[in-house]
Amino acid sequence: MSETAQDPTTASGIPIARLYTAADLGDPAALDERIGAPGQPPFTRGPYMEMYRQRLWTMRQYAGYGSAEDTNQRFHYLLEQGQTALSVAFDLPTQLGLDSSAPAAKAEVGRVGVAIDTADDMAELFEGLPLSDLSVNFTINATAPIILAFYLVAAERQGADRSRLAGTLQNDILKEFVARKTFIFPPEPSMRLVGDVVEFCTREVPRFNPISITGYHAREAGCDTVQELAFTMSDAIAYAELLVDRGLSFDAFAPRFSFHFATTLELFEEVAKLRTARRLWAGIARDRFGATSPEAMRLRFFSGCSGATLTNQQPLNNVVRSTIQCLGAVLGGAQSIHVMGYDEAMAIPTDEAVTLALRTQQIIAHETGVADTVDPLAGSYFVETLTDELEARATELIGVIDGLGGAVPAIEAGVPQRWIAESAYRSEMAVANVTAVKVGLNAYVEEAETTELRLFELDEMGRDRQLARLDRHLAGRDDVSDALAALSRAAVSGQNVMEPLIEAARRGATLGELSDVFRKAFGTHREPSLW
Amino acid sequence: MSFALRDAGCEVIYLGLRSTPAEMMTVAMDEDVDVVGASILSGAHLPIAGDLIAERSRHRLEHVPLVVGGIVPPRDVERLLKIGVDDVFPAGTAIVDVVKRITALADSRQERL
Repeated sequence: MSETAQDPTTASGIPIARLYTAADLGDPAALDERIGAPGQPPFTRGPYMEMYRQRLWTMRQYAGYGSAEDTNQRFHYLLEQGQTALSVAFDLPTQLGLDSSAPAAKAEVGRVGVAIDTADDMAELFEGLPLSDLSVNFTINATAPIILAFYLVAAERQGADRSRLAGTLQNDILKEFVARKTFIFPPEPSMRLVGDVVEFCTREVPRFNPISITGYHAREAGCDTVQELAFTMSDAIAYAELLVDRGLSFDAFAPRFSFHFATTLELFEEVAKLRTARRLWAGIARDRFGATSPEAMRLRFFSGCSGATLTNQQPLNNVVRSTIQCLGAVLGGAQSIHVMGYDEAMAIPTDEAVTLALRTQQIIAHETGVADTVDPLAGSYFVETLTDELEARATELIGVIDGLGGAVPAIEAGVPQRWIAESAYRSEMAVANVTAVKVGLNAYVEEAETTELRLFELDEMGRDRQLARLDRHLAGRDDVSDALAALSRAAVSGQNVMEPLIEAARRGATLGELSDVFRKAFGTHREPSLW
Repeated sequence: MSFALRDAGCEVIYLGLRSTPAEMMTVAMDEDVDVVGASILSGAHLPIAGDLIAERSRHRLEHVPLVVGGIVPPRDVERLLKIGVDDVFPAGTAIVDVVKRITALADSRQERL
């Protein structure tokens, strides 16, 4: 917020008054009802009664590069440093259903995450890491069913019982079409795969979150807070409708819905947003889906903080930015948090940068006292006013998306994509015109950058090692064509694909082969040119 | 980026995501463009820029400037320029600056014609 602006507004355009008083909150009894008690609907004050007094948030740094072996080393390192769970970043070929040997994968193997071609690779990724005791997040979407199958096979080989597995599969394809863009198949069959995964996990992997509905990427792509809330809720509504239409009970699957938001630097609006999100979802669960159990109305979320707020210039400033973002996520009641490395505007973070990111979480957890009481900002005239205002604005926008037929038709028509592009352009222009100050970028600029960072360099030989590994795997396995044919039959007939996928994964089918079965059954999606 | 260039009076042909270097240069040839730009966020800018330059030669488009933007660490800006990229815009380059530098490259190409 620029201090020279005549009429300051929040990042989403809510006007900010000079002073907030008790009069802004109205009747105290009505406020008590709106915010309720922590651990009870509408969960404004938090999903659990004791919050961090009972259990701190999960410190879950997103990590992955090179081969399974490379990433396994970083996982061991992070756990040794006191991280409490794992989060896997996959490379683009894995996200797009290509084996490392595919021509289109050439430049990208192991680049933005780990290369996983087979269940063997997945087993190697968790070598020495007991899956029955570790919660693992998988940032994977179009190929989520395949990665889940690989993971279940890896767990099987460790002797870990499915019923004990904890973690989260991102598996939110709608936001891929909107913002993150690693879709493969058209929207309709993509939604069907999401449904297959949730249905299977609800029955078979009950402690695992089979979907994490995500506003984060739309926000990082440039939308504002209100849009982030509305997109997330509208997507969650679309998934819930799909599952209800399959005959599943909302009370049975909704407790394992997980959510994912950004936390940027606009501290108070972010805290208000996270409180609003819980209240919105509780209302939607109750009013639209007739939820009866509190667990089915309870929104739990992960915050990835915000990479888009970081700058190339004066990169050490990013430590300060990340600290404030992490604080916002904690004050907003996050269940798990990733803090960005200060060098992430430039490259994959170094060991030193991820360690500092983890230490940031540990300092906030253990040295500041913010974890000692539940929802410490409740009752703040400003924060409660923002919470109410965001709820009203997001509810209105959810209504607009409803009017377009819901999230899926709105996305097919490119509406949220256009909103994001417009909003991103406005913010870019605000930085260009210095109506929004970015320290080190458009203000307090240093002509000669004094900080020389030692950046992560990917071992370019890693790809060759991965290709050799894949070759050995293919040479050593038995024929998988009947397993692929069984998967194809399920894909075409509408039978849940998970069991045939797991069997094919056990037999050694590759991610590319399994994706090809789906490509053949479903076709592929090419984004229409929207601008 | 498209919006900003259009606001500056440029005609923009945006190919969307996951375009291959060969596709990009084919369109560049067919549409007789003044500048080709690629946004690469994955860190694969060096090999992809190499492929783009090879495809540019294969299409006999050596006279068309090539620019690259994205998550490019400072050490790689030099490397990209050295292999023949005409300008590089790491994340955080002011959008007005990007527009200025791209239009300047387009103008210099027009003058040479």
